[in-house]
Amino acid sequence: METITTISPTFDVETIRKHFPVLEREVNNQLLVYLDNAATSQKPQVVINALNYYYSNYNANIHRGIHTLAEEATAAYEATRQRVKEFINADSAEEVVFTRGTTEGINLVAYTWGRKNIKEGDEIIISAMEHHSNIVPWQILCEEKNAVLKVIPINDEGELLIDEYKKLLSAKTKLVSIVHVSNALGTINPVKEIIELAHENGALVLVDGAQSSVHLDIDVQKMDCDFFAFSGHKVYGPTGAGALYGKKKILEEMPVFMGGGEMIKDVTFKKTTYANLPYKYEAGTPNIADTIALKVALDFVAETGKQLIRNHENNLLKYATEQMQSIHGLRIIGNAKNKVSLISFIIKNIHPQDIGVLLDNQGIAVRTGHHCTQPLMERFRIPGTVRASFAMYNTKEEVDRLISGIKKSIKMLS
Amino acid sequence: MSEYKTIKEREKEITDEFSFFDSWEEKYEYIIDLGKRLEPLDEKFKVEENIIKGCQSTVWLTSDFKNGKVFYKADSDAIIVKGLVSMLIKVLSGNKPDEILEAKLNFIKDIGMMTHLAQTRSNGLLAMVKQIKNYALAYKSADVA
Repeated sequence: METITTISPTFDVETIRKHFPVLEREVNNQLLVYLDNAATSQKPQVVINALNYYYSNYNANIHRGIHTLAEEATAAYEATRQRVKEFINADSAEEVVFTRGTTEGINLVAYTWGRKNIKEGDEIIISAMEHHSNIVPWQILCEEKNAVLKVIPINDEGELLIDEYKKLLSAKTKLVSIVHVSNALGTINPVKEIIELAHENGALVLVDGAQSSVHLDIDVQKMDCDFFAFSGHKVYGPTGAGALYGKKKILEEMPVFMGGGEMIKDVTFKKTTYANLPYKYEAGTPNIADTIALKVALDFVAETGKQLIRNHENNLLKYATEQMQSIHGLRIIGNAKNKVSLISFIIKNIHPQDIGVLLDNQGIAVRTGHHCTQPLMERFRIPGTVRASFAMYNTKEEVDRLISGIKKSIKMLS
Repeated sequence: MSEYKTIKEREKEITDEFSFFDSWEEKYEYIIDLGKRLEPLDEKFKVEENIIKGCQSTVWLTSDFKNGKVFYKADSDAIIVKGLVSMLIKVLSGNKPDEILEAKLNFIKDIGMMTHLAQTRSNGLLAMVKQIKNYALAYKSADVA
């Protein structure tokens, strides 16, 4: 298999860009400026190669095969589990359950741990800035169990009101499910403090790491979260491959999620016994190829250097924020002191969609709409925002194109 | 009077207009201008039941049936969408239900709006066409009955 080209320890964005073939394409006759990274990041050539190599050389179903291909595929698949364990600093690889992504991870907890442990009158706490995938599974559970969903409010800057959170915590609180980094605002939440407070109250905590895993160093042991869910495709990996972390003791006690192959120890028509961790949560043939390629993506990020990437992205954020603040009528939604490199904004008297359409015509990809956070948009009394989100391969020149693109769009729409 | 022109003739008027445009800017400025000039919908019609589902922006559509012909009015909080729906109204409003139902609306493709609009927004356009045709179908059924 191809090895990853060594990337210099200093951060050179032009070298990095060469790893991402899609960045060479033109959209509407202009070189693509891809600023929709919070939705999904682009993939480096090594990840694309890994997928190709798997299907061309050792495609096989994993775990039970005794032939060479099955052994190779199993080894590569399990190597990703080990890699994810390191990526989030889990205590053991058994604590890493492969999922399709963050949404499946959250649903897995809601349907297994939630169904077993949530009783009538119990309370689950989420926040006002949750993605729908960290709202709806708990709503479904609460409706089924007659439990109560409580919401931590936020201030106008888009930061959680921790004092209000403290007031919501009580003996009734069984779970706090909180987003680590807001996909719509960029806010980095103080999860360590949130977790400590929850644990003092005897509640468990799930951290939605969909946006944080690409930007921040994740250490689930230091964080002391009980569950952590993330998606590989936002960390330069393929779609459909993600992971759920759970503390071993909790995962062991949880009931199974889906029944089928892979997740069993013994099956008779009278009784089935289940496989050990983490396989008891992985029914059926998993997403082998994408999971294998996820390791390559995580290696690529590690070799590039997360801290270097973060510095680069923060520079872009700072520059873009300054530039945007000079645009008349533009209002940034989400001005938290701690935020990742994404900017949500609205422009006075202009619908976000109109900006999105005109930017697309200039070859600039942004996201417009409610970003699957309708309650949050309601909180700010806006129909949605335009969101530009940055990744390791974005440049200052691209920010310039975004800014002039916005200005041109405003001119056309006024 | 445009009302006496067939749907095909009206489509041709729009495609002829667009044939003068060399750049995407000109096309969109024209659409934006159409959006601005579309008569605003009376606030009383801006209700939930008139909202077309499947659009990222809010689009309201109402209709009226007079002398065997369907008349449409629409509005949107996004100006480009408003321009697009304005073109649909220009082409379809004031025609008989059968004519509206049979309209192929090739002009959308001919003026490059299918390709210039991304899938989600294109779906919004298709949702508008569908709703316009739904009204026509409803009036046709009621008229026959």
